[in-house]
Amino acid sequence: MSIEVRNIRKTFGNFVALDEVSLKVETGELVALLGMSGSGKTTLLRIISGLELPDSGSVHFHGSEATEVSVRDRRVGFVFQHYALFRHLSVFENVAFGLRVKPRASRPAEDYIRKRVHELLQLVQLDSMANRLPSQLSGGQRQRVALARALAVEPSVLLLDEPFGALDAKVRAELRRWLRRLHDELHITSVFVTHDQEEALELADRVVVMNQGRVEQIGTPADVYHHPATPFVYQFLGNVNLFHGRVEDGHVLIEGSSVELDEAPHRNGNAKERAHVYLRPHQLELALEASGGNEFRATVVHLNSAGPKVKVELVTEWGDPVFAEIDHDRFDALKLAKGHRVYARPKEKPRVFVYQI
Amino acid sequence: MAMAPTTTPQQLTQPGRRVQAAISEPRWVRLLLTTVAIGFLAMFLFIPLVAVFVNAFSLGYRVFFGAISDPDALSAIRLTLLTASIAVPLNLVFGLAAAWTIAKFDFRAKSVLMTLIDLPFAVSPVISGLIFVLLFGAEGWLGPWLAAHDLKIIFALPGIVISTTFVTFPFVARELIPVMQAYGNEEEEAAMVLGASGWQMFFRVTLPNVKWGLLYGIIICNARAMGEYGAVSVVSGKIRGLTATMPVFVELLYNGYEFAGAFAIASLLTSLALVTLAAKRILIYRSAVDSTGHQPQTPLVEKVGNIAA
Repeated sequence: MSIEVRNIRKTFGNFVALDEVSLKVETGELVALLGMSGSGKTTLLRIISGLELPDSGSVHFHGSEATEVSVRDRRVGFVFQHYALFRHLSVFENVAFGLRVKPRASRPAEDYIRKRVHELLQLVQLDSMANRLPSQLSGGQRQRVALARALAVEPSVLLLDEPFGALDAKVRAELRRWLRRLHDELHITSVFVTHDQEEALELADRVVVMNQGRVEQIGTPADVYHHPATPFVYQFLGNVNLFHGRVEDGHVLIEGSSVELDEAPHRNGNAKERAHVYLRPHQLELALEASGGNEFRATVVHLNSAGPKVKVELVTEWGDPVFAEIDHDRFDALKLAKGHRVYARPKEKPRVFVYQI
Repeated sequence: MAMAPTTTPQQLTQPGRRVQAAISEPRWVRLLLTTVAIGFLAMFLFIPLVAVFVNAFSLGYRVFFGAISDPDALSAIRLTLLTASIAVPLNLVFGLAAAWTIAKFDFRAKSVLMTLIDLPFAVSPVISGLIFVLLFGAEGWLGPWLAAHDLKIIFALPGIVISTTFVTFPFVARELIPVMQAYGNEEEEAAMVLGASGWQMFFRVTLPNVKWGLLYGIIICNARAMGEYGAVSVVSGKIRGLTATMPVFVELLYNGYEFAGAFAIASLLTSLALVTLAAKRILIYRSAVDSTGHQPQTPLVEKVGNIAA
């Protein structure tokens, strides 16, 4: 079932949590809402679930308006950040809850409930824990119980609020892969909220980057990573070097030096224009000799070769720190050491954002 | 010994004891503090407690049973039980509603409501009784109207129930508010998303979560309701065999130099106190076992109980 939100606005007192947010999630898609805390991502998820009402705007499930449909009747599965398992009920009863509270007419028989709950517990690999209380489970196990409980009512949409937020790194990585496989099996339309860019990029079919109550960019993980639409997305996804430039004669020059980095996009030579130039560390190439092209001089201040790439921290002549990542082969060839002066140049066209002052 | 400056090999093998020695006070300080605490308890709690029972049985158990089976005494016991059996359920409903409102919603008059709930704690029970006399008494605001409709509140059961309810209404609410606040809203939200109706949510999620706190509140509320003297003595008129509750009856007997009878009834009230304390201990233990599946260090209900007390 597809989900669509149109022009959602939500305020809490003077705080604007969501500002005219529109979004469409296609049937069977797994979409990540990615942003920092306070970006409005959880509020958006709660509005989709019906736990929160928007001030204005509408929510549509499968094309029909659901804004006024009560949370009980929306048939969404919601996995809470801290799981919100019923602490006085066993794992089995937690999962059975949604089936037991159905109106008498549509409530399944006890046999069916047993069968269904055990199926779900097998799906989340917790069948042996059926009689335990939530307090007797580990974090990862609770998370899976919460998921089984949400799936028990056969929801048309699955919503997950920071599903792995409270888990340690190793469990998180395992559960992430497991959730991806589960989604590929069940193909249930799913939206999850996360502040972890790695999680969003690895897990989601599409990523919605949110900032201060607005959608910054919607796209596939590769899209948002390689073609960020706004400076925010550039900075939020992965490490990045930021250069402050000025626009001169249709070219961008880095502040405090005459290094020319790129042609300014679609702007005339206005002296009042400034530019932000973004370059990821792996887009920088280091060399010992000048090539005469677009490049600048920098001094190596720190090296870290423990990893698939060598991380080099440099300081430019005008005092800005710059980070580069180079291959081990290249590193060996250059024989870099602390204090060496090198030439740095972009391997590909950097992304330039021009703004007026 | 506790301050031993050197570490013996034996102490090294017992890390627990070494830590203990390092952080605890010198022996004489511990002895002094313990003696003071126990001495105080003995003087103000234990000796009076024993005295009540000794006096109750001082003329033999025949006199004791004679005193408590006296028709006036039976009437006092009945009246007290009846009053408590109306006041406590009323406060149960009120306490649940108030705690729910305060813990689950945000609204502007919240602190005002919290303060109002505490009002009966702040006002002397005698004053509360007087307020009801002023309201419902023959000379009171509603007095003429009540008289015209032949309704008796003051010097009758309704007055006793109303004043007892007023004096004891903070107990359940105060007990529940922190428990509900600590649990937050998430489980209720989870129940709603799973399709539960309001009542299903309340009976299947909210109530089981707060049940020990609720029972605790009920027990304390009940003990207070049965023991209430100040407000009841003002509104009841203290008519033997008619409007005298147990505490009022104890006073009437005592003032009439019927000491053995006074202490006999007093011993019943004291037994109620002991049962209450025992029930409280059991509840705290049960809630601790329930909330974690094993025995924790500080159960929530106990923390809450300390705040309310």
